[in-house]
Amino acid sequence: MSEKELAQKSVEYRKKILKYIYQAKAGHTGGSLSCIDILNVLYNHTMQIDASDFKSPDRDRYIQSKGHTVEALYVVLASKGFFPESDLDTLCQYQSHYIGHPTRKVHGVEQNTGALGHGLSLSVGTAIAGKLDKKSYRVFTVLGDGELPEGSNWEAALSASHYKLDNLCAILDKNTLQISGPTADVLNTDPVDKKFEAFGWEVRHVDGHDIKQLKEAFDSLPFSKGKPSLIIAHTIKGKGISFMENQLKWHHGVPDPKQYADAVQELDLHGETLASA
Amino acid sequence: MDSIVDATIENIAVAQQTNLEVFSSVLQLLAETDRDIIVVTSDSRGSGKLVPFGQKFPDQIIEVGIAEQNLVGVAAGIASTGKKVFAVSPACFLTARALEQIKNDVAYSNNPVTLVGISAGVSYGALGSTHHSLHDFAVLRTINNLIIVAPADNFEAEQAVILAAETDLPVYIRFGKKSMPLLSSDKSFEIGKGRIIREGRDLTIIATGETVEHACRAAQRLEREFNLTATVVSMHTIKPLDYNLLSEIAASDKPIITVEEHSVYGGLGEACASFLIQNNFRNRFKIIGIPDEYTVTGSQQEIFNHYGISEDGITQTALALLGE
Repeated sequence: MSEKELAQKSVEYRKKILKYIYQAKAGHTGGSLSCIDILNVLYNHTMQIDASDFKSPDRDRYIQSKGHTVEALYVVLASKGFFPESDLDTLCQYQSHYIGHPTRKVHGVEQNTGALGHGLSLSVGTAIAGKLDKKSYRVFTVLGDGELPEGSNWEAALSASHYKLDNLCAILDKNTLQISGPTADVLNTDPVDKKFEAFGWEVRHVDGHDIKQLKEAFDSLPFSKGKPSLIIAHTIKGKGISFMENQLKWHHGVPDPKQYADAVQELDLHGETLASA
Repeated sequence: MDSIVDATIENIAVAQQTNLEVFSSVLQLLAETDRDIIVVTSDSRGSGKLVPFGQKFPDQIIEVGIAEQNLVGVAAGIASTGKKVFAVSPACFLTARALEQIKNDVAYSNNPVTLVGISAGVSYGALGSTHHSLHDFAVLRTINNLIIVAPADNFEAEQAVILAAETDLPVYIRFGKKSMPLLSSDKSFEIGKGRIIREGRDLTIIATGETVEHACRAAQRLEREFNLTATVVSMHTIKPLDYNLLSEIAASDKPIITVEEHSVYGGLGEACASFLIQNNFRNRFKIIGIPDEYTVTGSQQEIFNHYGISEDGITQTALALLGE
């Protein structure tokens, strides 16, 4: 898929994220919008994964550590044919499988996540198994910068380099905001690149909304043979909707009818601009 | 499975080994023919008696260092690819530090890891309450989709490991530290089915793990000195609990004593009591375990003696319950 097509896909995904959160009256809007370009490039460009053969032992794995932004994952999985998109009409509703954090009840979800600080260990285990079995699959996990203080992340980071997991790529969705405020104020984890490098990882920075940079970074994996890779994706919480961007209240804010209409209008305009470019 | 069991029995001198040694031997036998057996350990290779396993199968043992959360998460990740993973760590740390990983990464995600809690209960004795695991039944019983097993002797230990390797469900196996006698020649073992070690007329002692031996000794003494006979049950599976057997036992209206190396809160005793009360059984009933306090200093046996988890203590409780 070309960069232009991927960019158009992101607009479409953003509209769907908003739609289903608006319908459900629940969800994590800001973080879903910050990580959606990453998921877009992973699923539509980078990963070898097929909805009709999801249990293939050779598939690339995606484990969403920042599980609260499941809406981003669901709309991408639906677009890849894992389930009918209409299923998302039940998002967060009584007895729906489409709950507010990733669950394996939903076709295409690798692991149940949501409690923070779990995805990296799960990914390390999956990557170790790949090495043991001499498989060529790769493991991708998106971490939130707000979840980094969980000690389990650092235990996992140590083990990833100890086992030379160059089949593992973590992507840090660095949107710099968490529920209580700026991540740097709540608990500053910077310089996060130096910390991961000291833990034996190879690190690169990208603009997490720049499709070209994301593609190039993923195309360059592993960054160093014998080392796990970390992509620090600099992102904007609420990206794409001007009145949501960098606004804390949109961490799990749900748009009202006027806000929803305004957001859709803004995304439509952006889509038209992309189409005519 | 029969061939594995026979081979295991033939090749392992079960009597007078610790059940960790049995665990290690069984794993080696299984790994001979199954490259999918993977051990993950948090600096517990020595205390888990896994050095020979590691020497024999260096590619099938993963060390994560002293990091229990990562231990369980990594084990779950490996298990998600279809391997049979045993995550080994001292029971106290495994089930406290990594509780959320047990809940989410193993049980909720249905990654069939066998969590092996070693040196459980007060096995670490004088090392103190930081190292005692008196909460593990209680917290793990509340986690859905997790089998909890505490073998009473080396036969049960061997069978528990074999069955854990075969099942697609997450399992917690609780092991002690000391050498185990063989308690019965009965060779039946089924997850979720209590094992009757001895039959009697006057009361039933339901015990689990290493306390079953003490229950047996108490039963012998009751018969020898007081002409009272007790049924002794090894309730090796704490969850799912054997409600059928409990109903049969309770139907006799005889007194029931439960014995466990665990807090009296939330363990075997309260699980049995809950079932009995809710099903209108009104047997005289007593729970023997560790009271709600940080334990006295001492060896495992001294701590057992202090709290009545011993031949003498169980005997006295039985006599009191029978009004003797």
